[in-house]
Amino acid sequence: MNKQMIKCINENMDEIIEKWQAMMKNEKGERFFHFMPENLVEKTSREFAELMTTNIAENNIINAEKLTDFASKVVRFGWSIKFVNKAIDNFSNITFDLLEEKEIIHHDNVRLFHGTFANWISPLRETIIEAYSVEWERTVNLQKIALQELSASLIPVFEKISVMPLVGTIDTERAKLIMENLLEGVVKQRAEVVLLDITGVPVVDTMVAHHIIQAADAVRLVGSKCMLVGIRPEIAQTIVALGINLQDFTTTSTLQKGMKEALELTNRTIVEVK
Amino acid sequence: MEYRSFVDIYTEWDIVAARQLGRNEAKNSGFGTVDQARITTAISELARNIYLYAGKGRLEIERLSENGLHGIRIIASDEGPGIQDMRKVMEDGYSTSGGLGAGMPGVKRLMDGFKVDTEPGVGTTITATKWLR
Ligand SMILES: Nc1ncnc2c1ncn2[C@@H]1O[C@H](COP(=O)(O)OP(=O)(O)O)[C@@H](O)[C@H]1O
Ligand SMILES: [Mg+2]
Repeated sequence: MNKQMIKCINENMDEIIEKWQAMMKNEKGERFFHFMPENLVEKTSREFAELMTTNIAENNIINAEKLTDFASKVVRFGWSIKFVNKAIDNFSNITFDLLEEKEIIHHDNVRLFHGTFANWISPLRETIIEAYSVEWERTVNLQKIALQELSASLIPVFEKISVMPLVGTIDTERAKLIMENLLEGVVKQRAEVVLLDITGVPVVDTMVAHHIIQAADAVRLVGSKCMLVGIRPEIAQTIVALGINLQDFTTTSTLQKGMKEALELTNRTIVEVK
Repeated sequence: MEYRSFVDIYTEWDIVAARQLGRNEAKNSGFGTVDQARITTAISELARNIYLYAGKGRLEIERLSENGLHGIRIIASDEGPGIQDMRKVMEDGYSTSGGLGAGMPGVKRLMDGFKVDTEPGVGTTITATKWLR
């Protein structure tokens, strides 16, 4: 029975693909095919159709290898999961109609064919969802790592002066990392003055302020001085409104001004040479 | 016409999402950089309080248009433990979590209007408004 079905699909492949493409182009909000050059749409459609048909089991035994192959290839098309789901639906509906039209499916065996179709489509859908969620998890993890790498290195700029540029949102995890890197770096680099640059921090709320105050206290405990630099005017205003006390800090609006003060603190100055 | 959008708060990253939503709404309502920062910071405080003290809740942003005045309203609601002593909470430096205790009084100063509805054991709803000048 399945053999007959596969044979019919293969013989009418062009017609199926044409109908399927027309349906996919009409999907609202999912315009993957609109931005693709026509020959690429053609190529991808054929590839997809082939992947779909090779997964019709000849004797209802599902081939795990072919399934994985299907999922990993379809993920690489770069479609949204909604679009993929629709693509599978449409493909299965079109083939069902075709098989009815060719009288391979008729009212005596329609129940049987429903089973065959379920056996064909469900595993495809399941592996696709699985593949997408694995892919998303991987992406999220990589981004987490990327964020961690980007966050909080203490950079020795001059002898005795180090800078930590903070970029992005500070959550509890990053705050911990900032503290660790700061203390370790101060000792290793023998920094006497540390400049914490918050130019790249979008929001300074009481939690961020609290972490900064704690970091500065810790730096003080190991015998160095912590300056807070890069305070944008709007951030200065919100800090004041929040009633956060930064009296114990040297604060400057820019890193440049902070650096000048840090040099003065360590009895140095920048001179122009002729 | 009333325009509302919201973010449900479950994790720390939802706080960032709520902030982002608030900043966009504030920007689209015509607020300048300083007011955008005030609104975003207020949202951050309220959303974090939900996350810390109630576990979960919702942060809503409403665009306001009344008698020719335009503005933004933040509504932070939860079904957490509620607040026992409102007077203490509004004092600078009062915290039950070892925090700075500057969030609630801070939000009041950052915004134009500030209202707390709370009942121990039932939950807390905080409404804060900012008008466009
Ligand atoms: N949504 C809430 N539900 C219950 N208690 C809250 C809520 N928000 C704030 N509180 C209480 O109010 C106190 C003060 O809050 P806040 O001013 O933001 O300072 P902090 O968060 O640093 O403690 C908190 O420590 C907490 O006990
Ligand atoms: Mg708070």
